[in-house]
Amino acid sequence: MLKIENISKSFNPGTVNETKALRGLNLNVNDGDFITILGSNGAGKSTLFNAISGNFFVDEGRIILDDQNITFMPDYKRAKWIGRLFQDPLKGTAPHMTIEENLALAYLRAGQSKTFSRISKKDEEFFCEKLKMLDMGLEDRMHTQVGTLSGGQRQALTLLMATIVPPKILLLDEHTAALDPQAADKVLSLTKKIVEENHTTCLMITHNIHQGLQTGNRSLFMADGNIILDLQEEERKTITMEEVLEKFKAGAHKDLDNDRILLSE
Amino acid sequence: MAYILQTTLTLGFVYALVALALFISYRILDIADLTTDGCYVLGMAVSVAFAYQGHPFLGIFLAIISGGLAGFVTAFLQTRLGVPSILAGIVTNTGLYTVNLMAMGWTSNIALLKKETLFTLFHNLGIGGNWSDFILVSCITLLSMLFVRWFLSTRLGLSIRATGDNRDMVRASSINPRFTITVGLVLANCFTGLCGALVGQMQKSADINAGTGIVVIGLACLIIGETIINGKKTITRNIVAVLIGNIVYRFIYAIILQTRILPIDFLKLITALIVALAIAAPTIKENAQLYNRARKEMK
Ligand SMILES: Nc1ncnc2c1ncn2[C@@H]1O[C@H](COP(=O)(O)OP(=O)(O)O)[C@@H](O)[C@H]1O
Ligand SMILES: [Mg+2]
Repeated sequence: MLKIENISKSFNPGTVNETKALRGLNLNVNDGDFITILGSNGAGKSTLFNAISGNFFVDEGRIILDDQNITFMPDYKRAKWIGRLFQDPLKGTAPHMTIEENLALAYLRAGQSKTFSRISKKDEEFFCEKLKMLDMGLEDRMHTQVGTLSGGQRQALTLLMATIVPPKILLLDEHTAALDPQAADKVLSLTKKIVEENHTTCLMITHNIHQGLQTGNRSLFMADGNIILDLQEEERKTITMEEVLEKFKAGAHKDLDNDRILLSE
Repeated sequence: MAYILQTTLTLGFVYALVALALFISYRILDIADLTTDGCYVLGMAVSVAFAYQGHPFLGIFLAIISGGLAGFVTAFLQTRLGVPSILAGIVTNTGLYTVNLMAMGWTSNIALLKKETLFTLFHNLGIGGNWSDFILVSCITLLSMLFVRWFLSTRLGLSIRATGDNRDMVRASSINPRFTITVGLVLANCFTGLCGALVGQMQKSADINAGTGIVVIGLACLIIGETIINGKKTITRNIVAVLIGNIVYRFIYAIILQTRILPIDFLKLITALIVALAIAAPTIKENAQLYNRARKEMK
């Protein structure tokens, strides 16, 4: 459903700070895939997500979503089909607006609301129903400003906002890494539940290799702006950690230092 | 005394329109829109020029449209051509000087003398007697405030509010922030144009330099209002604060004018100080805290 063909992206080209963040990367995502992405810092994982969601246009290559070439489509248009969560729980919500108003904005992606319509009783009930699913008591605080919520609550709300209109693909960029362990578990289990219920295709970046190999149905390892290891369902179950490191090292031409980074949590 | 009260209230209500515009651009969109000064004169020039030709209503209407166009130019410069937002306002403002002169028929001043205006026509209806200007102006301002309150609760209004709060979130909701910024700036400058239009016809004159400092005065009123109406910041309270701030400011103005404790020309300096201090307050507070902490640590 998502086809990435040979994409490249350089930052600050032609200067001493030139970084080739993506180098001819190819990826074919199937409908319903839940893919985890691992790799050391600076491997280009976030840049890959930025390319998919259109924060910038790639220098080379093509991005095709459900047979539509979106390579040159601006980010806000792609957002209709692409949901995204960041590590920073503050990024996905408007702090000075209420929970209800945030949800109403996210729900605009459905493309049904009229420009000059206001939030109706019916919308309110719908949002309330959705909030109950988070099991955080937020349904009783619909008129609270989002800025007063905890990081975990904000991230859970962002997750709900990203999926309230089910996207074709959900991009999760270490979205539990900044939360305390309890909140992280909660948000992760919510993520799995929502993804499962909607059969959403999902890409998840994580720093935790154990979590990475246990979640979803496929794992990608990135280094130097490319995918160097692509493990499918069966392989992931049988492979040992040593073999992963071995293969990673072979693909990345990196020494042990980077293996440690790869393994660090 | 009654006369002072009357002018204070009338000016407070009419200039609340500029503060309302700044509330939209500065507070909601988080953009310092320096189109304001020139846009105010544009509204005044168009309105007075048309009243001079015997079309006071058309003048007001076209003043609103022209104000919106000025806002559009500023928005276009910053959203499409990458001009930094403050500079975009200054550029438009500078260009407007010539446009305004043109609208006034290449003179720097027009007086309406015995011509009909919105205000004389309304006065002739016999409503409110001496207070007819005030009644007319306050109705228009209150309607504008209600409109803004309603508008900001619509889906479009919500997207505009979110644009000033978290622009990435707006994009993620599949809304183009260029569009919301444009709508916000156009709307804001419509109100600025309307304000200039009303003041022009009320005072029966237009002057090319009438707009100098309007933006800073508007910000001062906004800040004074917010300081008086503190506590929970809801949209309704913020909009009411806009009006209160203007009335208080005009009251101070009248007192200085009457008592002559200060030459009235000092008021702009004082206004500038109020704005600078109010905007600097959080930084000053932070620095003071840091300084105190550092002093304790160093002991
Ligand atoms: N906007 C940017 N400007 C300049 N360099 C960038 C930018 N975004 C990413 N990079 C660089 O690209 C490389 C890949 O970064 P990133 O994709 O964030 O890595 P990660 O795998 O840790 O998410 C890094 O060297 C980073 O410094
Ligand atoms: Mg990253």
